[in-house]
Amino acid sequence: MGIVECKDIKKTYQQGKIEVHALKDVSLSIDKGGFAALAGPSGSGKTTLLNIIGGLDQPDSGSVSVAGNTFEKMTQSQLALLRLHNVGFIFQSYNLIPVLSAVENVEFVMLLQGVQATQRRERAMAILDDVGLEGKYHRRPAELSGGQQQRVAVARAIVSNPSIVLADEPTANLDSKTGNGLLEMMRKMNEEKKVTFIFSTHDKMVMDYARRLVLIRDGRIVDDKIK
Amino acid sequence: MSMDVKMAWRNIWRNPRRTILTISAIAFASLLLVFMLSFQFGSYETMINSSVKIHTGHLQVQSTGYQDKKSIRLVVPDPDAIGKILDQIQNVEAYTFRADAFSLVSSKKRTYGSMVIGIDPVKEEKVSTLKSLIRKGSYLVKDDADQVLIGNLLAKNLKVDIQDEITILGQGRDGSIAATVVKIKGIYSSGIDDLDRSSIHMPLKYFQDVYGMYGAVHEVVVIGKSLKKTKIIKAALSAGIKKTDPKDRLVVLDWKELMPGLLQSIELDLVSGIIFYFLLILVVAFSILNTFLMVIFERTREFGVLKAIGTTPGRLTKLLLIESISMTMIGIVAGIIAGSLITLFFQEHGIDISGASDLLSQFGISGRIYPRLSILSALIGPGAVFVITFLSALYPAFKIRSLNPVEAMTYV
Ligand SMILES: Nc1ncnc2c1ncn2[C@@H]1O[C@H](COP(=O)(O)OP(=O)(O)OP(=O)(O)O)[C@@H](O)[C@H]1O
Ligand SMILES: [Mg+2]
Repeated sequence: MGIVECKDIKKTYQQGKIEVHALKDVSLSIDKGGFAALAGPSGSGKTTLLNIIGGLDQPDSGSVSVAGNTFEKMTQSQLALLRLHNVGFIFQSYNLIPVLSAVENVEFVMLLQGVQATQRRERAMAILDDVGLEGKYHRRPAELSGGQQQRVAVARAIVSNPSIVLADEPTANLDSKTGNGLLEMMRKMNEEKKVTFIFSTHDKMVMDYARRLVLIRDGRIVDDKIK
Repeated sequence: MSMDVKMAWRNIWRNPRRTILTISAIAFASLLLVFMLSFQFGSYETMINSSVKIHTGHLQVQSTGYQDKKSIRLVVPDPDAIGKILDQIQNVEAYTFRADAFSLVSSKKRTYGSMVIGIDPVKEEKVSTLKSLIRKGSYLVKDDADQVLIGNLLAKNLKVDIQDEITILGQGRDGSIAATVVKIKGIYSSGIDDLDRSSIHMPLKYFQDVYGMYGAVHEVVVIGKSLKKTKIIKAALSAGIKKTDPKDRLVVLDWKELMPGLLQSIELDLVSGIIFYFLLILVVAFSILNTFLMVIFERTREFGVLKAIGTTPGRLTKLLLIESISMTMIGIVAGIIAGSLITLFFQEHGIDISGASDLLSQFGISGRIYPRLSILSALIGPGAVFVITFLSALYPAFKIRSLNPVEAMTYV
C-alpha cells in the first residue's frame, strides 16, 4: 500500500448556479519515497487534489488515506494533528508567517509538536543550512527573496519528518533559474532524507525533474508515467 | 518569553496606529472608571459621615415604634441604664441623650411649627457637629436653662435674631400643655434645609421640665470609633439591652435604618452610574470586536497557512485570545495607573462642587469632595472592562475556528 491512497475521489464546487466538477473519479496511489508531479493545464484540478490529500478540503465521495490514516470521520482537530505530524505543505507564495523570522517559522511547527525549545532552535538551524540558508536565520520573510522564502517553506515542511510533502506549484512565482535551484534542493532532500514529495506544476521544465508524472485534465487522470 | 506571546506581541504592533487607538480607548475607559468610582465612593462616605455627624449618629436606642410615629409618649424611660451598657462596649466613641417634641414656635410677628430637641450640651458636643454649625451667637453651656439654638431659616421666617424671645407651645408627655418663653442664644446653619427650617435645640433638663418627661428621653445617640464598627456595637448593645428589657420595648437602630432616604439616594446614584459605565464599557468592547474582526479579515490567508501546517483550531483561538488579552491588559494597566494618579491628586486637593450637586447639598455637603481611591474602586471598573472585552473578543477568536483553509488560501 502506498503512503497516499486515493480511491474514486469526486469533488464538485458550486460557482453561483454552475456546478464545477473539479475532480471526477480520481484514484491515485503514491509510494513512500516518491518524487511525483501532478501536471495539467490551469483549472484541471491539481490544487483541489493536493488539498484533499492534505485534508484541507473534503471530497464529496471516495476515500483518502495518508500513512494508514483514513480521513473519513476525522474531526478538524484530528486532521490538523495529522497534518502536523505527517503532511508538509508548500504553497505558491505567502507561505510564511510574516511576524516570525526564518528560523522561527521553522521552529513553529516543532513548537506545535511540543519539541523542547533548545532542540527546536538547533534542528531549525540545521535544516535551514540544508536548504542553503545559512546565516539568514533571523531575517523576516519580507527581508528574504521569493526563492529564499520558498526554501524556508521547504525547510518548514520537512523539519518534522512528515510522510509526505505537498507542494502546489512551488516554483510558479520564481524565475526559471531560482525555480531550478529550488527543485534541485527538493530533489536532494528527497534523496538524502527519503521525504516523499508530491508537487503540482504546469511547467514543462519542472515535469522533467519528477520521477513520476501524473497528468490531469478536466478532473481526470489521463496519464501516469514512471520514469 | 514563549513563542505564542512573542507572536502575539509582534502581531499587535503590525498596525501600530490602530493598536494605539484601541489601547487608548481601553485605557481611557479604565481611567474614567477608576476616577468616577473613587469619586462616588468618596462622596458617599462624606455624605454618610456628615449626616451621621449632624444628627443621627451611627446608632440610636429608641422606644419601639418611635422612629415611625415620633409620639412623645414613646420614651426611653431610663437613659442612664443604657449609658451604663454603652460604657462597657469597647468601640463606642461617645453617646448622648435627646428628647424631641413637635411644637408651635412664635415670635412677635409669626408662628411656625418646629421640632424642639432637648440636648445635653456637654455630651452632644462629642457626638454631633452642632456646636461647629453655630453661625451667630454661641453654643449652649452646662447650666443654661431657658436658652435655645435655632436654625437660620427658621430664624429668618420668624424674623428673630439672637437675644430675641420666642414662645414655645406644645403638648407634654402626660398630655398637659407645655408652654414656655425662651431666649435665642445662637443660630446654626447645617446646610440641610429641612433641619435649618424646622428645628430648635434647648438644654435637655429644661426640656424635661417643660414637657414633663420625668427624666425620660426619646433617643440615645451613639457614635462608634468608626462607621465600620457599627455592626459590632449594634450586636453588643442589643444583647446588653435584651437583659434589662425582656418585653422588647426598646430597639437599636443603625444609621441605615435611621436614614432610609440616604441609602436610597446612594443606591439610585450608584445604579444610574452603573448604567453609564456599562455603556462606556460596551463602546470599548465594540472597538475590540471591530479590531479583531479586521484582524481576521486582513490575516485570513495567514490563518489558512497556520491551519495547513497543522495548527489546531483550539490553538488558533488561543493565539488570537493572547493577542486581544495583551492589548486589553496594556490598556487596563495604563488606565489603572493614570486613573489612580489622577484620583490621588484630587484625593489630596479635593474637587470644588459648590452648587454642582443637588444630591450632596441635600445631605449637607457643600464645598469640596475628596475622591477615595481604594483597591475596590481601582479594580472593579477595569475588571469589568476586562471581562466584557474578553467576551467580545471570544466571537472573532471562535470565528477563525470555522475558517475554511482552502477558501482562506485562495483569498490573497
Ligand atoms: N473554492 C472553490 N470554489 C469554487 N470553485 C472552485 C474552488 N476551487 C476550485 N474551483 C474550481 O475547480 C476547478 C479546479 O480548480 P483547481 O484550483 O484545482 O485547478 P488547478 O489545476 O489547480 O489550476 P491552476 O493551475 O490554475 O492552479 C476550477 O474550475 C476552479 O475554478
Ligand atoms: Mg492550482
